[in-house]
Amino acid sequence: MRAFTTHHGLVGPMDRANVDTDMIIPKQFLKSIKRSGFGPNLFDELRYLDSGEPGQDCSGRPINPNFALNEKRYNGASILLARSNFGCGSSREHAPWALDGYGFRVVIAPSFADIFYNNCFKNGLLPVVLTEQQVSGLFDELYREQGYQLTVDLTEQTVLMAGGRSYGFEIDEFRKQCLLQGLDEIGLTLKQAPAIKRYEEQRAERHPWVFGAIK
Amino acid sequence: MNKNTLYDKLWDAHIVSERDDGSTLIYIDRHIIHEVTSPQAFEGLRIAGRKPWRLDTNLATPDHNISTDRIERDAGVAGIPDPTSRIQVQTLDDNCEHFGIKEFKMNEMGQGIVHVMGPELGATMPGMTVVCGDSHTATHGALGCLAHGIGTSEVEHVLASQCLVAKKMKNMRVTVDGSLGTGVTPKDVVLAIIGKIGTAGGNGHAIEFSGEVFREMTVEGRMTVCNMAIEAGARVGMIAVDDTTIDYVKGRQFVPSGELWAPAVAYWKTLVSDADAVFDIEVVLHADDIAPQVTWGTSPEMVAEVTARVPELSAQKTPEQRTGLENALAYMGLEGGQAITSIAVDRVFIGSCTNSRIEDMRAAAAIARGRRAAPSVKQVLVVPGSQMVKAQAEAEGLDKVFIDAGMEWREPGCSMCLAMNADKLGSGEHCASTSNRNFEGRQGNGGRTHLMSPAMAAAAAVAGHIVDVREFLSEVVE
Ligand code: SF4
Repeated sequence: MRAFTTHHGLVGPMDRANVDTDMIIPKQFLKSIKRSGFGPNLFDELRYLDSGEPGQDCSGRPINPNFALNEKRYNGASILLARSNFGCGSSREHAPWALDGYGFRVVIAPSFADIFYNNCFKNGLLPVVLTEQQVSGLFDELYREQGYQLTVDLTEQTVLMAGGRSYGFEIDEFRKQCLLQGLDEIGLTLKQAPAIKRYEEQRAERHPWVFGAIK
Repeated sequence: MNKNTLYDKLWDAHIVSERDDGSTLIYIDRHIIHEVTSPQAFEGLRIAGRKPWRLDTNLATPDHNISTDRIERDAGVAGIPDPTSRIQVQTLDDNCEHFGIKEFKMNEMGQGIVHVMGPELGATMPGMTVVCGDSHTATHGALGCLAHGIGTSEVEHVLASQCLVAKKMKNMRVTVDGSLGTGVTPKDVVLAIIGKIGTAGGNGHAIEFSGEVFREMTVEGRMTVCNMAIEAGARVGMIAVDDTTIDYVKGRQFVPSGELWAPAVAYWKTLVSDADAVFDIEVVLHADDIAPQVTWGTSPEMVAEVTARVPELSAQKTPEQRTGLENALAYMGLEGGQAITSIAVDRVFIGSCTNSRIEDMRAAAAIARGRRAAPSVKQVLVVPGSQMVKAQAEAEGLDKVFIDAGMEWREPGCSMCLAMNADKLGSGEHCASTSNRNFEGRQGNGGRTHLMSPAMAAAAAVAGHIVDVREFLSEVVE
């Protein structure tokens, strides 16, 4: 997995609460059997005026001028500023894949849905939780200033604003280390294969019906 | 000192190791796989040169984007009209074949929506950890399991190691005492709960549903409730084991019999929260206060009693609430203050892992029997959740009841719950739906979903608009 240490970039807004994964990447794009190529269809139903189909070339599609991320000033944004309960709904990992494919490395919101939050870490995308107030403040600044940028430092667990102000954020230590070092979680777990085997042996004695039923 | 919740017990029983960084390696007993969230996981295994850790834990079936049309289904995988869907279903077949994973293929007895087929085959048993690359995996918690949805990377992780790296959630208990009134179903209970705690109310928590109402409920009904825990923000919903649970699992295909049965039952009976168990959050509702529910907006928390009205803009407290309501009303094409029963429906969908079990089919058929869908309703889709539900319903003649009522009896799958196949709403169409999500575009671009129970959906089909099913129950035609 790609490592994440610090990231400096342009901020883009997604100014509504409860953005669900259907909104992030509509279901028709889930038919792909690949991990990549979802970027052009991020927020598809909000971003374009027509209805998108998988495999379609998006470059000629009619753009929705009222969708904030389509505004020129947010071109190239790599930090998404969002509202509460971001990523609710389905477990599709296509949601972080689409955000990543678009070029986002960080999503900042007051809260995230659990599965989405978890899925971000598996894909080198950093979800940052700040308070409602801090996020509202950032939205104000973002709307006020053209070319608004932030620096997100994972090691220090801070979001740095211009002028040296900063907000701290919480993150689970295991997830932080995996991201910082770009670790392969499966490889890490498999290092514990002896412990897994031992668990299975003990469990098979206690609850034998758990094993062997499906053939 | 016995103060463990059901969740605590299930969690403790599955700890493989606790790591220094505070994370825990949890053992997974059952892994259910479908075509949409698995291809990239199998691909990952191949690239890394890994094999599944265990084979006898995995169970696969296609459900999300298969056709529900009889003729197309009869033509097999080649008959799936959309080429990308066809590739996905074929890829699942190929992957299962290649890795030696048990699969119930598209037209085989046993196939069905992952969360319908798992419990009905007895693949899901009390006390298990159950995962699937689908957020409605919480459904299986109805059997006293620790069950939750996972993403594709975790599908790969479970395939490769039979474990997940997890962090313990907090405990939340939702208690509903009393007994439900006529026409009030498990779906209404869970919608009322979501209405009360909101779609983020359960974030970070495992919810245990407890109290008289759930004790009295069948396992099918409990599954409907646990299914929608995720719509209340919780990855996990669960209900303690009791005799109802044990009667339900007994005799199912993958459930132990003979010598293993008695010790299994003895263990399963311990799967209840201790009397002094402590919950981080307690929520209490009373059965008397729960009426048939309908969602009017674009989030499951935008829900009201069928006799109520759509909320008014002027009644909103904060500007944020006001904008939220404005957006929802604009999308749904509704006016604040409008009676819920004045909403006309264009299509009706009876199905999905929330409400496609045999009981749901029976509840809908009881309303449809001897009546007809209103001519203004373009389509009424009745989609059984599995091959087994379909066979049972047909044995009871329910298919005829629906067909006689002008409704369509389809082949099992997810269908219009998420509209990945041809079963879709047109833009602007209102749908009375027994599924679980009313997000914008969920059932088709621009489609407008109203979540409700199977009986309420069947009643809406007959009336042509949303209607209080209790008006029908006094005059049920036998
Ligand atoms: S029926 Fe709907 S919610 Fe259930 S698994 Fe299928 S798509 Fe998901």
